[in-house]
Amino acid sequence: MSIDAAHAHAHTPARVKFDVEAARREFPILEERIHERALVYLDNANTTQKPKRVLEALDEFYRHQNANIHRATHQLSERATAAYEGARAKIAEFIGARETGEVVLTKGCTDSLNLVAQSFARPRLKPGDEILVTWLEHHSNIVPWQLIAQITGAKLHVVPIDEDGDLTLEELERHLSARTKIVSVTHISNALGTILPVREIVELAHDRGIPVIVDGAQSAAHTPVDVQDIGCDFFAFSSHKMYGPTGSGALYGKRRWLDEMPPCQGGGDMISTVSFEESTWAPVPHKFEAGTPNIAGVVGFGAAVDFLRQFDLNDVAAHEHDLLEYTTQRFAEVPGLRIIGTAAKKAGVVSFVMDGVHPHDIGTVLDQAGVAIRTGQHCAQPVMDRYGIPATARVSFGLYNTRSEVDAVIPALHEVRKLFG
Amino acid sequence: MDSLRELYQDVILDHHKRPRNRREMPEASAKASGHNPLCGDRVSVFVKMAGERIDDVSFVGSGCAISQASASMMTDCLKGRTRAEAEQVASAFQRLVTDEHATLPQGDDLVEKLEVFAGVRDFPSRVKCASLAWHALRAALDQPGHTVSTE
Repeated sequence: MSIDAAHAHAHTPARVKFDVEAARREFPILEERIHERALVYLDNANTTQKPKRVLEALDEFYRHQNANIHRATHQLSERATAAYEGARAKIAEFIGARETGEVVLTKGCTDSLNLVAQSFARPRLKPGDEILVTWLEHHSNIVPWQLIAQITGAKLHVVPIDEDGDLTLEELERHLSARTKIVSVTHISNALGTILPVREIVELAHDRGIPVIVDGAQSAAHTPVDVQDIGCDFFAFSSHKMYGPTGSGALYGKRRWLDEMPPCQGGGDMISTVSFEESTWAPVPHKFEAGTPNIAGVVGFGAAVDFLRQFDLNDVAAHEHDLLEYTTQRFAEVPGLRIIGTAAKKAGVVSFVMDGVHPHDIGTVLDQAGVAIRTGQHCAQPVMDRYGIPATARVSFGLYNTRSEVDAVIPALHEVRKLFG
Repeated sequence: MDSLRELYQDVILDHHKRPRNRREMPEASAKASGHNPLCGDRVSVFVKMAGERIDDVSFVGSGCAISQASASMMTDCLKGRTRAEAEQVASAFQRLVTDEHATLPQGDDLVEKLEVFAGVRDFPSRVKCASLAWHALRAALDQPGHTVSTE
């Protein structure tokens, strides 16, 4: 899809050096027709599409490498193990972990957050202790904490957001107390796009000896992530939100925490010795990887990292930022459309409402035009409650989206207005 | 977009813009609420029975055009009917929105009007929206104060 000259002349041309057309050619699904229209996939915060390299890695694995890992002496098992552990090493390097052993492979970001809640936080919490989260959080960074709060008698304490969907360090600091034992925050809000200053939040918390967990589900694919620079104790993220397959994710944790954490799930692979009297654990990170994992998923995850490493993620971020600005500009043309979430620092997420029209109806009209967006509460009911709205429609960018695609959305939004008055 | 017109027919858009019987009913003999967690649709249905007859029925709620219009048209259609008749219409409606061969019983204007929801069949993600009020109604007729979810 090339830039539509008729529209481009009216607006500031993009000045980013990211070659989006070359990136698009890597994604076969972008050729799909939806209701006889070209697919315009703008639901990337929900899940991303997969490049050829990932599809080929999955196929290659099952054709030439498939066997169970860590447990056999035959050639195929060695290939599978090398592919699996090789992927772990790539993932560790991608986020700046000091060592490969600091990356636990999980079923996804939600699984990672549950692991850290159950295994790291739960043993440390006493009645009256506080777990600090924010109003921006996705349910996956709320409910795991509620579950252990119920068991331990700890309390969830929530930092409020302002009308722009932003929160300041001063506000966060006001909510830290002598009883705060854990801080868990999102890096980028999936519902509003707000980018939190995680590095500074970590500094604040560490000054008081409080460990910090960062939910990186929305950041890993959209901005360079260096866990040494951020300084967080844990960083959770998902493969499927960064151009890899579903069913795979990772939890980065500082080695000293992972060493002292008890396992959460027991079974094969996470043990060293087993008898009915007593079992001992495998070393980190395998201690947290019970049973046969989603081996192909991990291999695909590694291939997604390979795909992303071709780019400077600062260029990707700039490209998506351009789309954010362009969308904000063009949305101003649509009568009765209001953007929800206007923080000064935002990622490529635009949540919006239209007067007198429910987001679900916006979604249906846009779907008929081939445009895929998410409508609803985005697994962030507290955010919806904060704005007193039942739901929003949400556009969220991936690196293959273009200004021309944004242009395709505008007539559909006018159609919504026409249909619903 | 023709298929959109099939879904959002004029009478549906009218009931969405100007819903009928949209009010609380403090004197209700039964009430039930419905909630569609997928998109945030909410409907509460109030029923006042006189013996086996539905003396009055109303709703309140917020949500998409389909869910609110369905609730509105339902209340228009069911006022004055017996509990058994209401159940029959509710079953017929459920079939209408899910089965491409289903039609509504003929000979009753208010029931026939519900035919406009047949377009929902082509939009599977919207079936729950159309059915929400009807599920709440059945819960109100069976068991007052019960919240249903479309999950």
